[in-house]
Amino acid sequence: MAKALVFIDNPGAALKKSSLELLTIARSLGDVVVAVNGELHDDVVAALGAQGASALYRPSATDLDDYLVAPKAAYLAAVVAASGAGTVLLENTADGKEIAARLGVKLNAGVITDVVGVDADGTAHKSVLAGSYTTTAKARTAVAVLTIKPNSVDVGTPAAASTPETATIDVPADATANAARVTGRAEKPVSGRPELTEARIVVAGGRGVDGDFGPLEELADVLGGALGASRAATDAGWIGHDYQVGQTGKTVSPQLYISAGISGAIQQKAGMQTSKVIVAINKDAESPIFEIADFGIVGDLFKVVPQATEEIKKRKG
Amino acid sequence: MKIVVLVKHVPDAQFDRHLTGPGNTVDRDESILSELDEYALEAALQLSEARGGAKAGNEVIALSMGPAGAVNAVKKSLQIGASSGAHLSDDALAGSDAAATSLALAAAIRHLGADSPVDLVLTGMASTDGETSLVPAQLAERLGLPQVTFASSLEVNGERIVARRDGDAHADTVEASLPALVSVTDQINEPRYPNFKGILAAKKKKITALTLADIGVDAAQVGAAGSLTAVETAEARPPRTAGTIITDEGDAGIKLVEFLAAQKLL
Ligand SMILES: Cc1cc2nc3c(=O)[nH]c(=O)nc-3n(C[C@H](O)[C@H](O)[C@H](O)COP(=O)(O)OP(=O)(O)OC[C@H]3O[C@@H](n4cnc5c(N)ncnc54)[C@H](O)[C@@H]3O)c2cc1C
Repeated sequence: MAKALVFIDNPGAALKKSSLELLTIARSLGDVVVAVNGELHDDVVAALGAQGASALYRPSATDLDDYLVAPKAAYLAAVVAASGAGTVLLENTADGKEIAARLGVKLNAGVITDVVGVDADGTAHKSVLAGSYTTTAKARTAVAVLTIKPNSVDVGTPAAASTPETATIDVPADATANAARVTGRAEKPVSGRPELTEARIVVAGGRGVDGDFGPLEELADVLGGALGASRAATDAGWIGHDYQVGQTGKTVSPQLYISAGISGAIQQKAGMQTSKVIVAINKDAESPIFEIADFGIVGDLFKVVPQATEEIKKRKG
Repeated sequence: MKIVVLVKHVPDAQFDRHLTGPGNTVDRDESILSELDEYALEAALQLSEARGGAKAGNEVIALSMGPAGAVNAVKKSLQIGASSGAHLSDDALAGSDAAATSLALAAAIRHLGADSPVDLVLTGMASTDGETSLVPAQLAERLGLPQVTFASSLEVNGERIVARRDGDAHADTVEASLPALVSVTDQINEPRYPNFKGILAAKKKKITALTLADIGVDAAQVGAAGSLTAVETAEARPPRTAGTIITDEGDAGIKLVEFLAAQKLL
């Protein structure tokens, strides 16, 4: 039976939704095997079994996180050799894509990024040119390497659980020889809000918030959404660069994107125009954001947003 | 210091962009130097200038791969300040995916390093058309170089590179030794514009035209034939159309909530 390998980098204490999505896709492609890096909790092993994983691979080295990307690709290449997997699935993060890139060169395997769906025959679905085209693509090689965008599939569980066999894979001795070292690491504060790229609802602000994200934070919180921002807002230092949505920020595709005080430049649209429903609030009726909004309000965000927040609170009792 | 900067000629995002032809490749009419590569060029120029510039033997070579028009990305780079350029162009390259592109670019960089070694390869964080970010990592793998990608700051002290890389959960300090490959984000600097002097000076700068034969790559290794992936179908997404637009008359917040409720988004 065909084998699909899922890579989970530092699974932590419980499997993330994005990992569950990878496992769900892997099951549709064949026998599921998993490679992890980093600490492995018993709960995670049990959860992987419940997800139908038949084998679980761990690296012989514990210092892969001390380097940038390259040794993880070398480790995964060794896992592919040991498992005989025909498809490798990774997260569509910056690291995930670069691990995929290097793995592709090592295995002479086709790499497809930004995938939102995979057919049983390996055909991958994605959108390109800032969401203006949907395409299907296929690897022409024995092994295919795919990175999957979050929120691409509904998470499922298999009929039967399994007890994965575990094996340690030797990380090639030269894997770190030419790798850049991570010599310092500053953890970023966690917000308590949903992760921007995975959130169902995103409330984003731009230059129009004029330094005050307070009203948008309150709206995001009553909606259970994440905060986003335009580059003008992040460049101004009003909010961290991590919140930037767009060409050089994050790509989001939520059920609902509320854009407030953002003009809708092409680079901003590139990151959000595949959102299901777009709401725009802007003082200027000529703003290009209104060309793509499902519901547009020409008005002052400092009046509209707090009023909406109050109304939602009232309705929720 | 010898720096090769990769510059791509990409469709201008201000216009509608199209996929064309049997391989569903990007239509390159109305193309420009990728904005994201301007940050890499600026980083290269700053490194060169800090070391005394061209007079002190520093070189910044702008390298582009693509059809005839792609030479414009090289020309613009020369106007901005690169010391020379190279344009790899060959009909067989059409339709190359990231694997084939990185194979050809790796061979071109080896070629440019034949007489004196390349110390640094600098790229943008992604192309503004393909947007995969695969090529820098694949180049590093092929050239056996340490990769320092998504750098938002960059220092080179002697043989040592120190860069900052912002991730989702943490910001890292990353170090490597030269030679290396570095990709930079748009946070790293403010790219300069070409000035009149630069535009005049560019006319005297050399652009080396390269073909596959020059860099020792077989036509079967690149283009659609050498690509490891194939785009099978492409459908233009119906453009988003504007929906309801209202002007706030004091109750727009409430109308917004009514809209969200009707869409079952509350
Ligand atoms: C290479 C490159 C990459 C880029 N990448 C990105 C990216 O990833 N993401 C991104 O966002 N941008 C990006 N940009 C920048 C982009 O081109 C725009 O400059 C930016 O998106 C503008 O942000 P803005 O809409 O917040 O600001 P502006 O364009 O200044 O718009 C502010 C809007 O707020 C409205 N406004 C003001 N006050 C109020 C109020 N009280 N109530 C309601 N509305 C109000 C105004 O009418 C205006 O429309 C990039 C640019 C380049 C060159």
